[in-house]
Amino acid sequence: MTTAAQNQNSTDPLIEFRNVEYQSSGREVLRGLNLAIHRGEVLVLLGRSGSGKTTALKLVNRLLKLSRGEVRVEGRDVREWNVIQLRRHIGYAIQEVGLFPHYTVERNVGLVLSLERWPKEKIRARVQELLHSVGLNPDVSSRYPHQLSGGQRQRVGVARALAADPPILLMDEPFGALDPLTRSDLQLGFLSLQRKLGKTVLFVTHDLHEALFLGTRIALLEEGRLVSLGSPEEFLNSSEPLVMKYVEAFGSVERARGNK
Amino acid sequence: MNFWNFVTQNRLEIADLTLEHLWMVGISTLLALAVGIPLGILISRRPALRKPVIATANIIQTIPSLALFGFLLPAPWIGERATRLAILALMLYALLPLIRNTYAGITGVDRGVILAARGMGLTESQLLFRVQLPLAASVILAGVRIAIVISIGLATIAAAIGAGGLGELIFRGLAMVNNSVILAGAIPAALMALAADTLLGWLEKRLSPPRAA
Repeated sequence: MTTAAQNQNSTDPLIEFRNVEYQSSGREVLRGLNLAIHRGEVLVLLGRSGSGKTTALKLVNRLLKLSRGEVRVEGRDVREWNVIQLRRHIGYAIQEVGLFPHYTVERNVGLVLSLERWPKEKIRARVQELLHSVGLNPDVSSRYPHQLSGGQRQRVGVARALAADPPILLMDEPFGALDPLTRSDLQLGFLSLQRKLGKTVLFVTHDLHEALFLGTRIALLEEGRLVSLGSPEEFLNSSEPLVMKYVEAFGSVERARGNK
Repeated sequence: MNFWNFVTQNRLEIADLTLEHLWMVGISTLLALAVGIPLGILISRRPALRKPVIATANIIQTIPSLALFGFLLPAPWIGERATRLAILALMLYALLPLIRNTYAGITGVDRGVILAARGMGLTESQLLFRVQLPLAASVILAGVRIAIVISIGLATIAAAIGAGGLGELIFRGLAMVNNSVILAGAIPAALMALAADTLLGWLEKRLSPPRAA
């Protein structure tokens, strides 16, 4: 736990968007987004492609620069953070995974730790622990990414995001490219891991099924605006027209809830 | 006089000229690496510089080699010695493949890899040295390979300005209308190019990032 986190009241939001606007080459991607993500919750940003959900995510770890408004992490404007410290404080997992093809699994997962000058044995032990916690056999640590299946690669991606034990995780459709069975395996694994570790997660998806299954709350974005915000139950019972459209489109959601 | 007789009688001179040739190619390649790779890295980070840099290297490439040797003759210090001049000209020719391949190698690294690396908090220099350059190494080496093979061929022309090297035998043979003498210069140069190509090709394969078997 960092000092910044200790200074903060535990009920304060860990991530906060205040009137956030973002323009990219003349297009308004986010138009006044207000959103607070609380400690220990999984907030799912749901929306179709182009709704601004990935953009919102990238504003948190400053992969993009916001145009107006502010984004706060642990009560501090992200622009006040040292950008490298900010990013090492936040785990980041994406659909493409982005494992380094020239590194073994062990070096991939342990890279940030070695940049933080952890001793070798500690890194090795930490990597083993992480691989175990994402449900991978420790044998994979000496393999290269191309020797792994898609599901294994994504598990390694999650382990890498967790390496430095960041309090916050940003996940951008991490399970989007997987087959349905592997995806549901990883979703289950993620959910139990999240409950164990209590990370605060901002999770982007366009899949309502996934949103209902993983989300503590669901935020629906449309054309850069927040359309609805609430628990999965509230979402399913919402009278907001766009939400109802979503729920209709995914006729089989009841089954998803049954699994949960 | 047949070819083998000429070669055995003049083997010391041929060995000497071969060494001279290697020296010119070697030094010019090292200089080109020292200039070309940083320029390639620079234009991958500053897109605005890409067009002018590539265009300049392109223009140099289109100057006929004899003319370039001539242009450089009046240059101070460089122009005083034919070898210096030849090395500078060879270096300039080697720039284009090096700049272009360094740029292509770096910008060709998978977007997801770069995004993940930035997102996990690598600094720009860590990104360059731990991710981009290692992953671009085989493409950069392909550029080095092209540059060296071109240099070995072009260096024969340096003999026209008295810089020595195997070109001397070729020009002498042309003047004497003697194929054996021409071949005594051309064959070692060709073998040198083939050897460099094979060696660098092997290295290139070794350095290419692991892919699905």
